[in-house]
Amino acid sequence: MNIAIEQQQGRDKAGVWGPAARMLLGLSLLLGIAYPLAVTGVAQVLMPHAANGSLIVKDGKTVGSALIGQNFQRADEFWSRPSATGGSAYNGAGSGGSNLGPSNPALHKVVAERIAALKAAGPVPVGPVPQDLVTASASGLDPHISLAAALYQIPRVAQQRKLDAARLRALIDAHTEHGWFGDNARVNVLQLNMALPR
Amino acid sequence: MISFSLLMALFMALLTLSVRPMGAWMAPLAAGSLPSRWQALDAWLLKLFGVDGRGMNWREYALAVLTFSLLGLLALYALQRLQGVLPLNPQQMGAVEAGSAFNTAVSFVTNTNWQGYAGESTMSYLTQMLGLAVQNFLSAATGIAVAFALMRGFARRESADLGNFWADVLRVSVYLLLPLSCVLALLLVSQGVLQNLSGYISFTGLSGQVQTLAMGPVASQEAIKMLGTNGGGFFNANSAHPFENPSDLSNLLQMLAIFLIPAGLTHTFGRMVGDKRQGWAIYLAMSVMFVAAAYALAYFELQGNPLLTALGVESVAGNMEGKEIRFGVVGSALFATITTAASCGAVNAMHDSFTALGGMVPMWLMQLGEVVFGGVGSGLYGMLIFAVLAVFIAGLMVGRTPEYLGKKIEAFEMKMVALVILVTPLLVLLGTAVAVVAAPGLAGLANPGAHGFSEVLYAFSSAANNNGSAFAGLSANTAFYNALLGIAMWFGRFAIIVPVLALAGSLAAKKTLPQTAGSMPTHGALFVALLVGSVLLVGALTYLPALALGPIVEHLTIWSGR
Repeated sequence: MNIAIEQQQGRDKAGVWGPAARMLLGLSLLLGIAYPLAVTGVAQVLMPHAANGSLIVKDGKTVGSALIGQNFQRADEFWSRPSATGGSAYNGAGSGGSNLGPSNPALHKVVAERIAALKAAGPVPVGPVPQDLVTASASGLDPHISLAAALYQIPRVAQQRKLDAARLRALIDAHTEHGWFGDNARVNVLQLNMALPR
Repeated sequence: MISFSLLMALFMALLTLSVRPMGAWMAPLAAGSLPSRWQALDAWLLKLFGVDGRGMNWREYALAVLTFSLLGLLALYALQRLQGVLPLNPQQMGAVEAGSAFNTAVSFVTNTNWQGYAGESTMSYLTQMLGLAVQNFLSAATGIAVAFALMRGFARRESADLGNFWADVLRVSVYLLLPLSCVLALLLVSQGVLQNLSGYISFTGLSGQVQTLAMGPVASQEAIKMLGTNGGGFFNANSAHPFENPSDLSNLLQMLAIFLIPAGLTHTFGRMVGDKRQGWAIYLAMSVMFVAAAYALAYFELQGNPLLTALGVESVAGNMEGKEIRFGVVGSALFATITTAASCGAVNAMHDSFTALGGMVPMWLMQLGEVVFGGVGSGLYGMLIFAVLAVFIAGLMVGRTPEYLGKKIEAFEMKMVALVILVTPLLVLLGTAVAVVAAPGLAGLANPGAHGFSEVLYAFSSAANNNGSAFAGLSANTAFYNALLGIAMWFGRFAIIVPVLALAGSLAAKKTLPQTAGSMPTHGALFVALLVGSVLLVGALTYLPALALGPIVEHLTIWSGR
């Protein structure tokens, strides 16, 4: 069909392929090489910390990123959210969610198991479990838990570390961030665990 | 709901403020006549690329679109297959498998950005930069160029000239997309989005476990991914990944970036046809549908999942499976509405894990044909098709020859309109029907029952309407889905663009009739209501039966307690 149209227009093939090739090549160099390299250059000069992963260095060694969660499982630490990343939990090279649908029995089963594991690990407050503590995040790398989820873990961590609950509460408050409208109170788990007294 | 309303108000205020300046920025590009101080630069640029800028008729314009896209497809396919022997590949990614490379090439060339692959374990940095990001720019520029051509069809009289496709793509890329992307990319870096060329880094985490973090030139790609309503993430988790979207501010910037150009184009359209109210009417119609859809989605997600509540989980937070804490239900619901109202398809939450009806909203927004802001360019030309339909229906009701903007709407125009409106439902419903009876189609389902059907329906709705988001549980990186969805994406794009250009050509050739007392005004509330009605009616009649089998059944099952 294309050829028919071209004959109709009385133009040879190079009339279309020529500009198409020049445009693709030229714009690829500009938008695919020059643009990302220029942005990389500016970012590396002006904002190297952010451009390289917002890494947290402790005693000269990298221990994590302020933006990426880690898989805390010990009873004496605050736990992160469940993670569905590929390979292992909190795999920073295999992001992803569970993609379990709301009606899927597999979701209900795994949530029930997580609730049981939380309760088996130590004392918990009475009442319902904060939902984010038993559901997987979208990226599998969520650095945060909700404020409620942090408070829910105080009894366990306090018992394990033989710390005063009020002291943990103060620590959590110091690490609580809020959304723009005062809602969505949350805690960065890695930074909270780093701040725990030894 | 209060914080959702506050976020919505902030978003709509900023968006509405952006419409006039964005529209004014794009107007000279649409008119093809730049301000005199830019003309020397423009002439140099066109000469550099060997573009003569001569006007094209609709057939030449369409041929240029198809040729450019086909060449882009071949180049992107080749790059993926050869990435293993090319530079900028610190993780030594091998060649992308042929079926997946075909699907991905179609996906990015058609502005869909459906992703059957996981970026951080499949694509080299060179492929991301030189392949995927380049098509993010070029497919976006192509969509905008086609919208310009349709605007010219309305604006010009007794002319065959729709403008020059090469000059349009070049100007849109260089004067619009590139500067916007540079600014947005650096703003995103300031929030913590990566921008480096290092290999992946490994370290021992706080409690002794080794963690590996994927790196890369993310921000430069993220910027055009949003501005071009592309949506293909650098990483598998897309804008849910903290390295793609780390904060409240980055989330807001990304949401605004998605709507920035589609919203601004309504104003450009108004200027082009010499009556700004025409553009605002389109903007209002889009906004009404968008706000209503966003509230519906937020409402269902905030309701949570009663089956989890029954297990002893609190439900105040709403449904948090597959969502990030920093966005919460509020920031996720708004993002999901925006990304599917526009044909962006980036996600900051996993749509597959939304509540049944919460997941139906994005699905239906795509099925409406991506006209609620829609893709860059494609949203406007899609909406103008519905505007022509609306005046046609109104004309039938009062027994007058329908006109839109002084152009008589006759048999040929209505044939093209009908074609555009029928192509995507055909691809969606036929594709879904084939996939749910074929064994390789059923093998891909991740969730049982009605939700599994929703996964397939969502996939074809997304592909044929060039959205690209997914109910991502579906294992779509198989020969079956790569081929079928690839075909749906290709025809969902170009089987629309060709009749739209034919329509533009036919309109440009017509006289422009003067407005009389008998002409229906197309800038008032009545027309806005008629336009919204046409979009919703076509969408509801076409898709309600299929939606009843998926999300609606699932919702009833969940809330009946089994």
